[in-house]
Amino acid sequence: MNQDKLTAPPVETELKLSDEKIKLQVNDLKLYYGDALALKSVNMTIPEKRVTAFIGPSGCGKSTLLRCFNRMNDLVDICRIEGEILMDSQNIYDPKVDVAELRRQVGMVFQKPNPFPKSIYENVAYGLRLQGVKDKRILDEVVETSLKGAALWNEVKDRLHDNAFGLSGGQQQRLVIARAIAIEPEVLLLDEPASALDPISTLKIEELIYELKDKYTIVIVTHNMQQAARVSDYTAFMYMGDLIEFDATNKMFTNPSQQQTEDYITGRFG
Amino acid sequence: MKSLFGVTAWFRSGTPWIWLNAGAIALCLVMVVGVLGLIVVRGGSHFWPADLQQTEWAPESGQKKTIMGELVRAETVSAVMLRESGATVPAELESVTRYLVKVGNRDVYGRDFSWYMDYEISGWTVPEGAIALERRERGNFYGFPLKLTEGDKLIAEGVAMWPELMQRVERANAIFQQMKDIEKNDISRINNQIEKLRLTERRLVLEQVSEAELAEFKAQAAAENKVLSDEYEVIQQKLDQLRAESNRDTLIARTAEGREVTISLANIVNAYAPNDMSVWQKTRHYFSGIAGFLTEEPREANTEGGIFPAIFGTVTMVILMAIIVTPFGVLAAIYLREYAKQGPLLKIIRISVYNLAGVPSIVYGVFGLGFFVYIMGGSIDQLFYPEALPSPTFGTPGLFWASLTLALLTLPVVIVSTEEGLSRIPSTIRMGSLALGATKSETLWKVVVPLATPAMMTGLILAVARAAGEVAPLMLVGVVKLAPTLPIDGNFPFIHLDQKIMHLGFHVFDVGFQSPNVEASRPLLYATALVLVLLIVVLNMAAIYMRNRLREKYRSDTD
Repeated sequence: MNQDKLTAPPVETELKLSDEKIKLQVNDLKLYYGDALALKSVNMTIPEKRVTAFIGPSGCGKSTLLRCFNRMNDLVDICRIEGEILMDSQNIYDPKVDVAELRRQVGMVFQKPNPFPKSIYENVAYGLRLQGVKDKRILDEVVETSLKGAALWNEVKDRLHDNAFGLSGGQQQRLVIARAIAIEPEVLLLDEPASALDPISTLKIEELIYELKDKYTIVIVTHNMQQAARVSDYTAFMYMGDLIEFDATNKMFTNPSQQQTEDYITGRFG
Repeated sequence: MKSLFGVTAWFRSGTPWIWLNAGAIALCLVMVVGVLGLIVVRGGSHFWPADLQQTEWAPESGQKKTIMGELVRAETVSAVMLRESGATVPAELESVTRYLVKVGNRDVYGRDFSWYMDYEISGWTVPEGAIALERRERGNFYGFPLKLTEGDKLIAEGVAMWPELMQRVERANAIFQQMKDIEKNDISRINNQIEKLRLTERRLVLEQVSEAELAEFKAQAAAENKVLSDEYEVIQQKLDQLRAESNRDTLIARTAEGREVTISLANIVNAYAPNDMSVWQKTRHYFSGIAGFLTEEPREANTEGGIFPAIFGTVTMVILMAIIVTPFGVLAAIYLREYAKQGPLLKIIRISVYNLAGVPSIVYGVFGLGFFVYIMGGSIDQLFYPEALPSPTFGTPGLFWASLTLALLTLPVVIVSTEEGLSRIPSTIRMGSLALGATKSETLWKVVVPLATPAMMTGLILAVARAAGEVAPLMLVGVVKLAPTLPIDGNFPFIHLDQKIMHLGFHVFDVGFQSPNVEASRPLLYATALVLVLLIVVLNMAAIYMRNRLREKYRSDTD
């Protein structure tokens, strides 16, 4: 197997889950909303420094699963979780885990851009200020590198202290990404990050995701199958709270092993 | 097809509703404009220097007499009514026009407003050279100047005295102001210190310190008292000197029917000759009258002079109320909305809070008097001011209790609007903050609360509008007819929370219903009402301006 990898051309390497380093491991995860079972015993592994896409029809549980990775579901009173998620082989649902610390390591970007009612600068610096960083030099530096990392620096460098609401939707979404990467998380969760944006902004976000995967493990939920095909290395197809199929994106879109997956991808349902 | 035309089609088109809606708004506008128009006209016209009109009055019984004064109003009444009330009206008349004239000269006539029947007077003339004097005591004087004297020396006579008179009135006013300043600053300071010494001594007695210590303090206090009373003596001498100075000049004038009156210039606030004034001069006099009304203290049982203490008291009280109610209301709303467990108990609490807004304000007044003033104030006195007892410090109505009662009264408004503001903050923003590793309270204080500040300001605007116009509870908890000193002055601790205050709303009530001189105070009633309305408008505008700036700052695309 290793030999195959060495001899294969570097760019078009056939990705294989079994070769990857595991960042997140989901073991027999069940999630209830009240009495309703929203996730039915999900088992999967998220590879490190790759882009993993979750696809599936609305209500299939892909966003719910995503929110399990930074325990955002804790905010829902009626939500109950069984099973475990290991990050670097530590269970994040262990009662001893500091949720705020977990969320610092697992950043998240939401469907709708949600900048804070503060300046562009303060938006990016927010996470650092929470950690008690006060040194202006460090803040300046992090703001600049984060905005550069989110490909927004050139557009906003002259108006860092303007209100973030003055930015366009696409810029706001990149600002939110900059805000997330400012605190250097290990994992970045993207919940349909481009669904509220126009095609050009969407393209920019996709390019950005491509660049970010060198440094971060990225999990993205998307409704747009072309997008999943374009940006992701691995794709998980979910349906009705079940993980139907999880494999390298190329294989999923060309030769899925499940009939259901093929039907969904080819547009026969969903 | 039949409903295309005719009444049915007209009804179905919705036109009647549009007319009904427009009619309702028109009615509202008419009422608002009517209210404002009435108080503006009635209150504003008071300051215009009206011509002094003169006529011959020949009542059937009695002597012919020349009268002069400001024509206030004329009305036509039926002769029958007048006969029934005891007047002798000539038999051939069915209705009579009568004139209300402000004749002034209360020291001569006993009262300064009189009715004159149409058939008893000759026509009105506007005599040249007539003067009006606003006096510190006994109301206006209307008449003709004769002589201006300094002691026994004649200074000027007739028309030529006018510039001299103006100059000397100004001098007397300057001296009066000086005396006032001395009384307000130096004498009140000395009194304050003497009182403090007395209270300290009393406290030492209450604390049962040793005889030696007490004697030591007494000796020290006596020495200080000596210094203070010496100082007082000097000031008193200076005051006497000033008083004599201000009484130096005397004006001798005659009334319209020819009686001579001697008036000390110290008693004159303002002298003018309305019949000889140009429109320009009258306009200047008008505006200086308004300025005086806004900046001076009331005279003669609130029927003359200005309303400055009432404006000051109202503003101080409202600001203090805002300072008290905002943190309370905001904290309560944050707990209700963010932390309290949603359930039936919370529902009951919320309904109770909302209903508090509907409790009649006089009930709050009674509560304020019974709980704040007597129980809380009484306890504060026992604990912190035992030396002043039995005269109460906080155990009596005052500024702080008035503000606290109003804060309680407006608390529901602030809670409700803050809660609404908090509930409108999109959950995505909270999520964004939480996802960055912020705790719930960090999210709340750094993101959610700033976003909700415009809503809090809205609540505060409503609270201020309600508080500034409230009268009923204030009568019980700290507002009085006449407060000798302002609640803020130069003596430590500068803002005197225990002091009683004047208030515009109560002033309207007092001038309108408790005044000894109804006719004289009537225009002031309207003017005070106008000032109250304008004050509320100004306070509201300030708050709205602040809210809009905050909105601009925290503008979000979800609005």
